[in-house]
Amino acid sequence: MSGELLLFPPSASTAATHLDRLMLALTLLMSTVIIIVGALLVVFCIRYRRGARMPRANAPSRSRRIELIWSTGPLLVFLGIYAWAAHDFLELARVPADAMPVFVVAKQWMWKLEHANGRREISELHVPVGRPVRLTMTSQDVIHSFYVPAFRIKQDVVPGRYTTLWFEATQTGEYDLFCAEYCGTQHSLMRGRIVVMSPADFAAWLDRGTQQPSMAQRGFALFRSYGCDGCHGANSSVHAPKLDGVAGRTVALADGRNITADDTYLRDSILLPARDVVAGYAPIMPSYAGQIDEADLMAIIRYLHEGAAAQGDEDEQRH
Amino acid sequence: MNAAAAEPFDDVRQRARADTFGLWIFLMTELMFFGPLLFGYWFGRVEYAHAFAVASRHTDVALGTLNTALLLSSSAAMAAAVAARVRRATRIATGLLLITFLLGCAFLVVKGLEYRSEWHEHLFPGTGFAFSGEDAAAVRYFYFLYFALTAVHALHLIFGMTLLAVFAIALWRGADEFAAPRRIELAGLYWHFVDIVWIFLYPLLYLLGRSGT
Amino acid sequence: MSNGTERVTEADNYLAAGTTLRSWLTTHDHKRIALLYMISITAFFFIGGAAAVLMRFELATPAGDLVSHDTYNKLFTMHGVIMVWMFLIPSIPAGLGNFLMPMMIGARDLAFPRLNLLSWYLYVGGGLFTVVALIAGGADTGWTFYAPFSTLFSNTHVIFVLFGVFVVGFSSILTGINFIVTVHMLRAPGLTWFRLPLFVWANYATSIILVLATPVLAMTLLLLAAERLLGVGIFDPALGGDPLLFQHLFWFYSHPAVYIMVLPAMGVVSEIVPCFARKRVYGYRSMAYAILAIAIIGFMVWGHHMFVSGQSAYASLLFSLLSFLVAIPSAIKVFNWLATLKGGSIEFAAPMLYALGFIGLFTLGGLTGLILASLSADVHLTDTYFVVAHFHYIMVGGAVMAYLGGVHFWWPKIIGRTYPEMWGRIAALIAFFGFNLTFFPQFLLGYAGMPRRYHVYPERYQLLHVLSSAGASILAVGYLLPLGYLTWSLFRGPRASSNPWRATGLEWSTSSPPPPHNFAQTPVVTEEAYAYDSSADPKESRA
Repeated sequence: MSGELLLFPPSASTAATHLDRLMLALTLLMSTVIIIVGALLVVFCIRYRRGARMPRANAPSRSRRIELIWSTGPLLVFLGIYAWAAHDFLELARVPADAMPVFVVAKQWMWKLEHANGRREISELHVPVGRPVRLTMTSQDVIHSFYVPAFRIKQDVVPGRYTTLWFEATQTGEYDLFCAEYCGTQHSLMRGRIVVMSPADFAAWLDRGTQQPSMAQRGFALFRSYGCDGCHGANSSVHAPKLDGVAGRTVALADGRNITADDTYLRDSILLPARDVVAGYAPIMPSYAGQIDEADLMAIIRYLHEGAAAQGDEDEQRH
Repeated sequence: MNAAAAEPFDDVRQRARADTFGLWIFLMTELMFFGPLLFGYWFGRVEYAHAFAVASRHTDVALGTLNTALLLSSSAAMAAAVAARVRRATRIATGLLLITFLLGCAFLVVKGLEYRSEWHEHLFPGTGFAFSGEDAAAVRYFYFLYFALTAVHALHLIFGMTLLAVFAIALWRGADEFAAPRRIELAGLYWHFVDIVWIFLYPLLYLLGRSGT
Repeated sequence: MSNGTERVTEADNYLAAGTTLRSWLTTHDHKRIALLYMISITAFFFIGGAAAVLMRFELATPAGDLVSHDTYNKLFTMHGVIMVWMFLIPSIPAGLGNFLMPMMIGARDLAFPRLNLLSWYLYVGGGLFTVVALIAGGADTGWTFYAPFSTLFSNTHVIFVLFGVFVVGFSSILTGINFIVTVHMLRAPGLTWFRLPLFVWANYATSIILVLATPVLAMTLLLLAAERLLGVGIFDPALGGDPLLFQHLFWFYSHPAVYIMVLPAMGVVSEIVPCFARKRVYGYRSMAYAILAIAIIGFMVWGHHMFVSGQSAYASLLFSLLSFLVAIPSAIKVFNWLATLKGGSIEFAAPMLYALGFIGLFTLGGLTGLILASLSADVHLTDTYFVVAHFHYIMVGGAVMAYLGGVHFWWPKIIGRTYPEMWGRIAALIAFFGFNLTFFPQFLLGYAGMPRRYHVYPERYQLLHVLSSAGASILAVGYLLPLGYLTWSLFRGPRASSNPWRATGLEWSTSSPPPPHNFAQTPVVTEEAYAYDSSADPKESRA
């Protein structure tokens, strides 16, 4: 057995700093309570043991006032803890607008990651320190969970939908990545590492992978090869929604609702087009369910985000 | 020697009240048992309103309505059977129990015919499902719920019919204590519950999407 | 009615009334059925425990050197399935509760004695079915059966195992119906609701949960089987289904299920503490209301198992708030037990040691539950060993200790003989120590990032795992000892008087063991529960 012992994982993200603060407070609070309860237990057992001479007559069997105090007291403390933790949780749910996007597809028993510029990684993620990173994740098979103890973040990765996770690393180094949702035989081996680098080192690392097209460029190629531009392209005669700048826009649906065209909506529109039809259009788009794999879907959606810019680069590259 | 079973109740009336109370609690558990399926239906109705309406139009509303009529009549017969038994008209009660049973049989036969034609139309959610295209998944989901709800209902109906058969035969053979009025009443309560479940299922499964055009 | 130590005659003793196997297997006597349950519960406990022993052996080293990945995954699955459904859920209600509920209210039996026997057959049948499934290779989905792994990817006997659980579920439902009707309709004259022992309150509230929650589990398991067999698509995203729907349905039952496991334990503690402190329970009404509050609010918190599942943040906010609320009645109970001790005259018999252990360990487990209810903390701690430690503190440090405490407390009444007190105390202390050594390091493991359901792990977690495995070996001793001396006392223990602990409660007014029909005449109750007086001499039990 090696002498190494891990009790406190490194605190390597902004979320970790917040959580450790909360955990310290909670640990102190809980320890105080358990020590008091334990002490009372021991003290009462000793003082009031059979045979000890203690005044025992007229012990009250209830007291409304005391019971009220020890009900409302804990309630107020609990509400305080709830509010603090909820506040931190909502921070985790609010992705910063300038976060660097990374796309994750989980499968038994590995992680496939892709940066926006097209550089891919397997069970490893290189990120720059001090910059928010947003992970858009889905699974190819069963539910997994992306867990980085050093960042104190975790998010289940679910097949058939996108889940999002963001973090901002605060120190360089290498940190464990675990799968935290049981996913079959090699669940314990579905591990990896997060490599946090200085911004300069990261830029250099990212550049080393510019031989491949960026995700958006690849997405544009797919957009054409799957025939999407046949209906959605500028020169199409088919009455189909134009997709320039669609990502993030508010869309009016045929059933009267207005929704934001987030990544989940875009994905559903490709796989389940009859579900949320845009107002003023007929539900004639065919479904691509089962035809496009998750990584390619993410690339197409990336293209829809970046739009004309990706188109331009693609044309340049071909020349 | 085996000790005789302790009779926990002080009198017959207390026992009858306990039996009825117990059965009501059991019926509540049945509600919680159907609950997830009904919840799934509500979810699908909201999420896939259009597909659900389309799917519902492929059910056989004529046979469904016939079945509703059969079950309602059977509940009437059951109520009459209970009344007859309470006033000790055992022959009439036996006959009415038999009628209830037969109406239940008729329901099952009609249901069987429906299932058969739905099988042939490939509406059973397995491979080779009749629908393809965008709505297919939701229609398939509707049909899963349709088969699950009606099958679970039918199982409960069969259990009720077994009870009725047992009591009818017992009454006919003169086993008055076994087929006591209290027990026929409890069986009636169970039968009415099965009927009420169907009264909810009928509009949910057959009438959705059929109002208006 | 005997109250000395003279030998009870055959006709007055439910154990002696019929000695053939057939008389036991066709009995309608709730006391015999309780014993049948306790025997089968014990067997399942040791089967589930064997799985745990193998797991802790394996986890003492970081590498997978004892069993394969698949075997390990099956071990933790079967450990969970057997411990939850075949041990914890029936243990106190169907074991002790079946014996005590009618007696505590002055009745001759439960409302539906034959239904009670059917409950036991369903339990044993379902349980045996699960064991056969285990022998045939078991399942590897975890006791939580998450889709789509369990529906589309697992190649093990999932439906086989599900079916055993499904059948056992009906056993629970029937017991629940029996208890509810019994408490409503068979209370002795003068026994109003607020004179009932808290054990009765606890099992009554548990029965409400049993009848309302278990059917949802039954249907969820059926849906899982349908999905697996027919590929229907309810939980399969490729067919328009939703994996999270499974989680909602599953946890809607499984969260109230943990209250099924802990409320009866609290009921046992509320019987033991006043007896060995010779003092009535502090705040009886609050205790009763707290039991009901836990049962009701317990139905509204299931989403706290799903904070990182992809459920909406708004849902998570609501579930977290409700989870904090459900902790209030539990806290009230702990305070009231402490206040009961204050001013009492405390004797440290084995049952009391178990009860005191419960109070401490349940408090610690409950406090860590608050940490898990805190949203941002749960993001880090969920699916790690922190959760494993939390629920074992409640289930093992809490419910199992309370069960053992209850078994020791009512042993003289049930069997008519006493167990060796010194061994009882030693076993309680060993179990307490072994338990803490096993599970406290797991809190640290969880915070350090060790995920749960891991067969192999990075070396830096090994020290804590070794401590935990060492603790498990001690805990095992703590459980084997009672198996030994309780079995010994069955044959060689000194005969017990009708009320060796000088406890209040109608059950203590009968002989030990009680006659087949409990009471020759229905008792009339004129006093509050727990009419202890710490300065009095040993009291006669109530008529």
